[in-house]
Parts: sequence; structure tokens; C-alpha cells
Amino acid sequence: MAEINFTKLLVHLVVLVDVVLLHVAYATYFERKVIGHMQMRMGPTRVGPMGLLQPIADGIKLFFKEDIIPAAADRPLFYAAPIICLVAMLSCLAVLPFDPNHVLADLNIGLIFIFAMSSLASYGVVLAGWASNSKYSFLGGMRSMSQVISYEIAMGLSLVGVMMMTGSLNLGQIVAAQAASPFGIYAIPQFIGFFVFVVSMLAETNRVPFDLPEAETELVAGYCTEYSGIRFSLFFMAEYIGMIVMASIGTICFLGGWNGPFTVPYVPFFWFLLKIYAIMFFFFWVRATLPRYRYDQLMDLGWKFLIPLALANILLTGLMKTVLE
Amino acid sequence: MGSIGHNDLVETEEGIRVIPGANAFIMTLNKVVNWGRASSIWPATFGLACCAIEMMDAGASTHDLDRFGIIFRASPRQADALVIAGTVSKKMAPVVRRVYDQMPEPRYVIAMGSCACSGGIFNSYSVVQGCDEFLPVDIYVPGCPPRPEALMEGFMRLQEKIMKEKVRWSRWR
Repeated sequence: MAEINFTKLLVHLVVLVDVVLLHVAYATYFERKVIGHMQMRMGPTRVGPMGLLQPIADGIKLFFKEDIIPAAADRPLFYAAPIICLVAMLSCLAVLPFDPNHVLADLNIGLIFIFAMSSLASYGVVLAGWASNSKYSFLGGMRSMSQVISYEIAMGLSLVGVMMMTGSLNLGQIVAAQAASPFGIYAIPQFIGFFVFVVSMLAETNRVPFDLPEAETELVAGYCTEYSGIRFSLFFMAEYIGMIVMASIGTICFLGGWNGPFTVPYVPFFWFLLKIYAIMFFFFWVRATLPRYRYDQLMDLGWKFLIPLALANILLTGLMKTVLE
Repeated sequence: MGSIGHNDLVETEEGIRVIPGANAFIMTLNKVVNWGRASSIWPATFGLACCAIEMMDAGASTHDLDRFGIIFRASPRQADALVIAGTVSKKMAPVVRRVYDQMPEPRYVIAMGSCACSGGIFNSYSVVQGCDEFLPVDIYVPGCPPRPEALMEGFMRLQEKIMKEKVRWSRWR
């Protein structure tokens, strides 16, 4: 353990980032296809076979687009904001165990680390809103701030039940303990926690029905209103990496991680990927189905419903644990 | 085993060459950039009059502009094209111009409908006689209002126009 093989680490790092960025690119394609079919449309079909080159074309276009910095913007913060967002989200990936042998940093405080990093990413959003010096961006940033603060609590509390049943914050150990549990997945005994987690997962990643920070009908494009070209795409990537990270936490803590009904030879991460895709599909499904919450409804749901529910779940888990032992 | 010379390459299209036996294409950056731009035109969500209803219809289920990679973006900072959909009154013209000014390069303008092309039937004191009086228009789509198919034709003509561009991505354009 003491000596670290740097070459191996570097290769691991590069492969991880590349694979995740590829997933981000094709998540947008998947989203457009899924939403398209749900709205009786086709989604992208013309760019490449079945529209498969669409994310590549979008990327090329955004990369070669003019980069506008508004004259009234706070330049250093305007530059830094998308980078803060992206770096915070990418560093979450380090602690995710994709299968028993593939985890970049096997931290004992994995879950807390992810919480810390995902709230750090909201700084990027708030700074973007502030630095743009535009009222739409500012409102978007403020909304994002309050939303993330409210739902961070509910999400943390919803996972306390899992921590109590496992007795660990290490994500690998959570999966191992889950495999040994009677149901195999924690989504069944922890169904209240799972429900709270799913709702606050949507809110944390600023997705529909909680996409108030970038509400198109009210705030133009929210915090990224003034961003163009590649800087906008950095925000876009950060948002989708956030979705992948949240889907991974849901998979690891509630759906049994890399374990499945049977083992697939040579592809140890098969079930993990399948579960992530299922949760991503759920994200898009919700987006195609639900309208946006009003702001006070969002706050009511967070503070008056989800947090008490998560607290009740902790109490219930503790009681069950004492009774069963 | 000789190295592959210039003459061994098969030219499939103007400027695009294939290395025989290998799944590799050789082309100029120009082609790639133009292809990227033509394949993902994001128009600004901006409608002026009745033509905007047809524009929305073009984006909806029956005609589905998303097939071509065209999705409407609310912020002009992230938009590539501006569809002038409807009558431009003299009061509205500065606003349209401002939306255009906020868009980053490369930006394209599609004049949709008779009013945007030439003022249409509104030959009056309050209507701009065609939005080309204050904007560089790339594509004119006639009709009153044009059907969604006509707008789609306009977008495809714009794609053709983008594919013919030379080094618009460079500093010396």
C-alpha cells in the first residue's frame, strides 16, 4: 500500500476521465432520443448513422464558437466559475468503485467526499451567476444556492440509514455489506431513504422538475445565460457528470453496486453500468413527464416533507436495528 | 512495405480522402468545422408574429427539427442562427438587432415569411420593409406564413451554405 505505482495511476486516471466524458457526450444523445420518442418525435437521425455523430458535431461547433466575455463581467471569476464546476464534479469520480478492483482512491470517507465535492460545484454556479453581471444569471445563481443547500440536507439524511446499516462510509464496503444483507439491495429495507434520495438527487443536479436555476421560460438560461462556446459546454459537461455521479451513488448505496443476479464473465462492471443507465433513463423520463415546480413549492417540499421523512427514516432504521439484534 | 504516397489516397468527395485498407479519412479542418456547424444549428428562441407559430410547429412532433440537430436555445449567447419569424415593426427593429449583436460568431440569419423578407403587405409607416435593411440575412424563406416544410428547406439551404464556407473559424477570416 505504501508505494504508489504512478504509471498505473495515470493510465487509470486517463481511462476514467475519457470513458466518463464519452458517456457525457452520449448521455446528451440518449436524452434527445428518449425525450424525442416520448414526445412522438424521432430525435437526432440525420447526423451520422441514426444521428450517432450528433454529440460530436455539437462539441466541434461549441469548440470553434466565439467566446464572449461581457464588458461588465467580473473577468477572473467569469473564467474560474466553469472550471470550479467541472473540477469539483470530476474529482467525485475518483472515489466511485465501478467494480471490486477498479477504484481510483479507496477513501474511508468516500460518501462524505462526494457530498463535499458536489456542494463545491454549486460554488461554480453561484460565482457564474454573480460574475456575469446579468440579472438572469444572478437569479439563477441565487436559486441554485438555496436549492442545493436545502436538498443537500435531505440527501445527506437519506443516506444516514445506509450508513447505519453498513457501519461504514467507504463506498466499496457499502456494496460488500449490501451483498451480504438479506435482500441483496438496500432499496427494499431503506425504501423511504431511497425515495428521499431520488427526489433530492433530481434537485441536486438541477434537473426537471427542479430546474429552477436554469428555467428557460423565466430566466433565459439561468446561470449560464452569458456563457458562450466552450465555456458553456464546460457547464454542460459538469451538469451531466453530476448526473452520472448521482446515479452512481444511487447504484452503490441502494441498488447493490456491481452485484447482479449472475456474474457476467470478463465484464465486472456490467451490472454497475446497467444500473447507471437505468437511473439516467429515469432522469430523462422525469424530464419528459413533469412540469417545473414553483419556487415556494420547491422549498416546502424540501424543508417540510423530505427532511422530516428522512429523519423518521433514521429513527425507524435505528429501532429496527435494535429490535433485530 | 512502402509508405503510402500522396497518389494512393482515394478522393471520395472534394477535400476528403480515404487511406485504402485503413479506416482513416484525411480532410482539412475546414471540412470538419463546417460539418460540425452545419450539423448543429441552434436557433435563438425568438418569435415576432404569426410566422413564429409555424416555427414552433416545425420544432414539434410532426416536423421535428431535432432530427437535423436543430434545437432552440433560449440565450442568444448560445445560439447560432436567428430566425426572424414575423413582421418587424420599426419599434421592434432595435431589439432584433440587439439580439443579433449578442450572438457569438459564426451567426446566421434566416428571414422567415414575406414580412421579414420584404415587409409583405404592410407597406406602412411603422413596418420595416424587410429585415435585410438592418441585418445581414443569409436565407430568405418566402410565404405568408411559410409552411414548416419551407422553414426546414431554409435550414437545409443554410447547411449547404455553411458547408461552402472557407476558414471562417480562423483569426484571418
